Amino acid sequence: MAAIRTKPDHHTYTFPGFGSEKFPNLMLRGAGDLNNWHLKVYEQQHEGYVAMRKALQTEPVAVIDEVKASGLRGRGGAGFPAGLKWSFMPKDTPERKLTRYLVCNGDEGEPGTFKDRVILEYNPHQLIEGMIIGGWAMQCAMGYVYIRGEFLWLIEKLEAAIQQARDAGYLGKNILGTGWDYDILVYRGAGAYICGEETALLNSLEGRRGEPRVKPPFPAVKGAFGQPTTVNNVETLAAVPPIMRMGGAEYAKIGSPKNSGTRIFGVSGHVKRPGIYELPMGTPMNFLVEELAGGSSTGRKIKAIIPGGASCPMLDEKDFDVPMDFDNLKARGSMGGSGGLIVMDESVCIVQATLRLIRFYAHESCGQCTPCREGCNWMQLVLHRIEHGQGRPGDLDLLASLTPRIGMRTLCPLGDAACGPMDSALQKFRHEFEHHITHKTCYATGSRLLSNVGAH
Amino acid sequence: MSHAHPHETSNEVLAPGQRLQESERKAFSPEAVAEIQAIMAQYPDKMAATLPALYIAQREFGFVSLAAMRAVADVIGIPEAHVFGVATFYTMYQKAPVGKFHFQVCTNISCALRGAAQLLEKVCERTGVTPGQGPSPDGMWSVEEVECLAGCGVAPCVQVNQDVYDELVDEDKLVEVMEACKRGDYRPWAH
Repeated sequence: MAAIRTKPDHHTYTFPGFGSEKFPNLMLRGAGDLNNWHLKVYEQQHEGYVAMRKALQTEPVAVIDEVKASGLRGRGGAGFPAGLKWSFMPKDTPERKLTRYLVCNGDEGEPGTFKDRVILEYNPHQLIEGMIIGGWAMQCAMGYVYIRGEFLWLIEKLEAAIQQARDAGYLGKNILGTGWDYDILVYRGAGAYICGEETALLNSLEGRRGEPRVKPPFPAVKGAFGQPTTVNNVETLAAVPPIMRMGGAEYAKIGSPKNSGTRIFGVSGHVKRPGIYELPMGTPMNFLVEELAGGSSTGRKIKAIIPGGASCPMLDEKDFDVPMDFDNLKARGSMGGSGGLIVMDESVCIVQATLRLIRFYAHESCGQCTPCREGCNWMQLVLHRIEHGQGRPGDLDLLASLTPRIGMRTLCPLGDAACGPMDSALQKFRHEFEHHITHKTCYATGSRLLSNVGAH
Repeated sequence: MSHAHPHETSNEVLAPGQRLQESERKAFSPEAVAEIQAIMAQYPDKMAATLPALYIAQREFGFVSLAAMRAVADVIGIPEAHVFGVATFYTMYQKAPVGKFHFQVCTNISCALRGAAQLLEKVCERTGVTPGQGPSPDGMWSVEEVECLAGCGVAPCVQVNQDVYDELVDEDKLVEVMEACKRGDYRPWAH
């Protein structure tokens, strides 16, 4: 079994002004300090479990109303209002008592995203507290945290933290005298990106192949083990304690209209200070990339940014000023996604980058729906031949004709996710593809994103 | 799926199960059985123990062989076909033997922008292993190309068995990790 890590990550977490009123620090308290995961540190230094006590003295439905008032939107990618999702859970009737479950999605696998890892590493109690509040609001019997298999050391840390909460009486039977029984179990995934999709995650949690289910029935009706279930992302649940502490209306004032609160953005790729930055929603992208992350690390101009994890359509120079929230990114033809920015400089060949991304989707497609399984593979094959100088004149039209046949034709959004980078690359950097087909070589020189040893 | 499998000709097509490699070990230890039974009791449905039991099998058998899958099905009391389906779906269950130190190199976009392709080549060169071709002759190393390890901010990153090493930008750092493996500073596979 892996030991608890003693070596901190070297990404950046903080910047001048972080923690002030302008840039509130709600989720990264104590980030960078490896002792921060202990219950006593969380309680003494970070107002830990204050929100939970407040929530347990409130009626469950009032807690849901508070989250609704905060305007919190799901941080996993789709941006669905969290309070509304919670209110979909069926209630007990005099004739029928239901067993409800709360599932936390910690299957962080979206390329470019590494925010949940930081919450789990430095602030696991905030997630546990959020899960207790969520469990109380929906009157759940159990909470499950599904974490990707590679995070073994974080799973062990979270389990240790859960045990501390149990010992303190925050989990188990009759929590703080409310008569409510609730516990949290951690479940380890086994390396499948698709399990980040909520119904695939539920299948995996039940010990099955991680194939997405047909919806309806939605998880709120028939979820884990056939019972009503709500699935929330790690970051969404970690945002709940600050909401309860400061009040929904107060939280709603942070960020931009209809996109309230702070969000953890991860910046990776060609920047000087890659890392994790918690910022109010609606912060302009160029402020994050240029000011906080230090701009291009290579001295070359930045060519493209993927604004929210690999599934989001790329943005080019003219959109670098976009305020980063769900609605504004959507208006510019991209998505808020999971908040992971991937920055690419001028030396990057977009054909190679797109091929690398599509290869990921072809590899991770679960194979259940034909459009995604076959479509992703065909996109990969066509891109592969373009990249290797065997592109044909009709290839770009072929690629463009493939995406509408994959998108919105599958059970889950993995197929759509593959179309995002493909369509945007073709639309914004078509000249690079054309250059590749005519000249049989890259338009941009100096980038080599693909290795010579066999791909999987 | 990139795992090496027994020789197959067009005249003699193997059944899916026959493509898997066999392990020396055939059954669980009593401690492992007790461990799996404890996990089964935690969940409303015993099938939920499939994934954790396969990890235990991987630890005990060294990799998830057909015998390991049968043993899991046997302990939990579920169909073998179900366990086979699950074990072959997830990439973290190794269906063929791996080396004492299994290098999993992320080559996805964020890592690739910071030299993951070159890193993978260096790992292969230094260990003398080709991904998907089984471990090195001395059984020390094996290499696998994996998708995002969620270490994009400290790219490029490599997972050796269960531990993640990041920012392996220069070759010296890789050599350092390999030397530490040889010295026995890190836990070998399946321990």
